[in-house]
Amino acid sequence: MKLYWKHLQMHLQSMMQYKTSFFLTALGQFLVSFNVFLGIYFMFQRFHQVAGFTYSQCLLCFAVTLSSFTLAEVFFRGFDTFASCIANGEFDRILVRPRGLVFQVICKKVELTRLGKLLQALVIFCYAVPNCGVEWNGIKILGLVLMVLGGTVVFASLFVLYAGICFFTLEGLEFMNVFTDGAKEFGKYPLGIYGKHILVICTFLVPYALFQYYPFLYLIGQRSEAGFLFLPLLSCLFSIPCYLFWRWGLRHYQSTGS
Amino acid sequence: MKKYWAFFRMRFINGLQYRAAAWAGVVTQFVWGFMELFLFDAFYRADPSAFPMDQQALASYIWLQQAFFAMFTSWQWENELFDSIASGNVAYELCRPVSIYNMWFTRSVARRLSRAALRCLPVLLVASLLPTPYGMGLPDGPEAFAGFLISMVLGLLLVSAFSMLVYMSAFYTISSQGIRIVATNLMDFLCGAIIPLPFLPDAAQGILALLPFASMNNAPFRIYGGDIGGMEMAYTIGLQVFWTVVLVAVGKWMEQRVKQKIVVQGG
Repeated sequence: MKLYWKHLQMHLQSMMQYKTSFFLTALGQFLVSFNVFLGIYFMFQRFHQVAGFTYSQCLLCFAVTLSSFTLAEVFFRGFDTFASCIANGEFDRILVRPRGLVFQVICKKVELTRLGKLLQALVIFCYAVPNCGVEWNGIKILGLVLMVLGGTVVFASLFVLYAGICFFTLEGLEFMNVFTDGAKEFGKYPLGIYGKHILVICTFLVPYALFQYYPFLYLIGQRSEAGFLFLPLLSCLFSIPCYLFWRWGLRHYQSTGS
Repeated sequence: MKKYWAFFRMRFINGLQYRAAAWAGVVTQFVWGFMELFLFDAFYRADPSAFPMDQQALASYIWLQQAFFAMFTSWQWENELFDSIASGNVAYELCRPVSIYNMWFTRSVARRLSRAALRCLPVLLVASLLPTPYGMGLPDGPEAFAGFLISMVLGLLLVSAFSMLVYMSAFYTISSQGIRIVATNLMDFLCGAIIPLPFLPDAAQGILALLPFASMNNAPFRIYGGDIGGMEMAYTIGLQVFWTVVLVAVGKWMEQRVKQKIVVQGG
């Protein structure tokens, strides 16, 4: 942990060497998701509700998805850019060091410019939490925190899975974006509105709905089973097959030359 | 003219090389298209009377958007050009007996066209097989189709002319990051890439339609589905011509200014 802290400081310092670039990139990140927010805003100006969910309820979903995706991106960026790490032989260096592999890959890159997006998610939380008509209590706030953390674990697991595939293909696979960027994009609305089939996929194939949709239904009072609040914990189990796949890929890894 | 044609061909063939990436792109585009359809379907069921477009026209819009994504997307910048300006390599380009504006403009058009050429056919083919109102519909009559084709060409030229302004501005700022970020996001929203323009508030429609961004992908996609037709179609195409001429003129003017006062960085 101490070592990780050290790495974090290093990344922070190196980024602060190029302040303008850092802030511009962070601003860019902010604007991109601000566009998405504007999209939601104008859609609700016209329609007022979708599938029975109100504007601020949808914003709550948007903030959960955005913040968990961003947290995963900030801290697990090493796996997201794993293809380049393999391509330039960096991974071979990592293999010979006497520390855990996962730990080293995580330390390799901390993408603080994504904080622009996180800031936006926080602002939206500040608006949506008091306005979405939920009677908040301790357990519900815990539930909301679990939603964000569960989401972070799911997205991080997807990055690990993606890195695992890179062992075989040696380059990035663009269609994995469907699961990461696509989920971020369409997770801005409650997943239930896309219809039953999509919901089944998002529950059993990749458990997005376990952290975004079902606990949300309990929060807004559409379902009364309190167990729904703890489904994000279940979604964390998704990391196990992803990690195992990564280990399996690792065993089959043959370096990339010189 | 011949030399620009050569540039065009070079760039076009170069763009056709990335086939694996294109297939992955097609898959992504499909998922995106379906999710968009489900999304708008949910909004349609929420309040059909507030829906500003015909459902079939919207489905065609979405599939066209996915099929020609690479052609109109805002972030299709050519980093090589920015790098060459920042590193000073652009000096070699300036030495050539060709206009740098024309050369880069051709490049830009060719790149967008080649990327779209690889991706559009599979998307359009499968989308046309889907059941109505989710599939890609037929164009709204022969004149709509003719208007669509003309409008597509103009839209492509206009997008390229717009990116040229950004490239040219890089001569002044060296680090182009800021302008790129603003330009990308502005264009994304105002050209209807986030949500189609008819879904924006009615009060803003009048102004939005006049902006150059509305003449990019918005115009051809809506002409195809009959959302813009008749006299309005002629007017829209006229506006596209106007903006293309204006942006090219501004770009050319910037090129002249740049040439007079350029300081090449580095040794």
